[in-house]
Amino acid sequence: MARVVVDVMPKPEILDPQGKAVHGALPRLGFTGVTDVRQGKRFELELDGDLTDERLAEVRKMAETLLSNPVIEDFEVHVEGSSGASGRHRA
Amino acid sequence: MPDELAVKVGVVTFPGSLDDADAARAVRLAGGEAVALWHGDHDLRGVDAVVLPGGFSYGDYLRCGAIARFAPVMTEVVEAANRGMPVLGICNGFQVLCESHLLPGALIRNDHRKFGCLDQRLRIESNRTSWTSSYDEGAEVTIVLKNGEGAFVADAGTLDRLEGEGRVVARYLGNPNGSQRDIAGVANERGNVVGLMPHPEHAVEDLCGPGADGLGFFTSVLGAVVG
Repeated sequence: MARVVVDVMPKPEILDPQGKAVHGALPRLGFTGVTDVRQGKRFELELDGDLTDERLAEVRKMAETLLSNPVIEDFEVHVEGSSGASGRHRA
Repeated sequence: MPDELAVKVGVVTFPGSLDDADAARAVRLAGGEAVALWHGDHDLRGVDAVVLPGGFSYGDYLRCGAIARFAPVMTEVVEAANRGMPVLGICNGFQVLCESHLLPGALIRNDHRKFGCLDQRLRIESNRTSWTSSYDEGAEVTIVLKNGEGAFVADAGTLDRLEGEGRVVARYLGNPNGSQRDIAGVANERGNVVGLMPHPEHAVEDLCGPGADGLGFFTSVLGAVVG
């Protein structure tokens, strides 16, 4: 068993209206000093068996095929419990 | 009685499609035969053209159109589109075509973050597509627009290519949602696949909606198939 996390974020150059809405709401609630907010998605994938390089490559394939749209989003794949990301992907 | 000679235009119903009945009605008003297609069937039932209608396929989960793209019927739609069959994606259908990579770019949330519902002025920028040949180039029309995620985006190189190749099909007169370069609709290189954010199927008769300016999309395709 292994847990692999895929973080999907809008590309920096793509307008993120949801992040903007959150950014606008924070000062109204008294939270100050936040200069920007970007909103993305986090996917937690539970995999059976050992986590091999092939399985990890397959997760990256899932991320670029379905979990993200490379036209507007970047993704990062992390293995839960390991340190650091196993790769950042920009199309 | 179905007319044996009528052009058959398939309208796909996904779970969450809303405008499939209106699209079928628009096909009939234009003089074609509307054929209901089901998302779960690997079968285009012998149609000559396909409409992917508006709505919220699969609840817009993940991203608009992202799950519908992998519906069984889409295998056949993509193959047929690549062979030259006319395919029109309206609103959610446009999102499905972008997710399918049949059209470039993507549709993201409106810049003002609100759902917009209005009678929208548009300029038909290209009548060299299967779905706009009935219009004069530069014609200004009024067609219903209703969406929350209708802002067309693509990188600058893609936008330049679309403009240079005459593949911007329609442009907003007064940008309602933050679409780059006021783009309301685009076509593939061949001009048989068109994606449009506004809803021509809601503008096909004077009784309801802003008029019949949208009917041209459906009469165009009947001509494209016969021609």
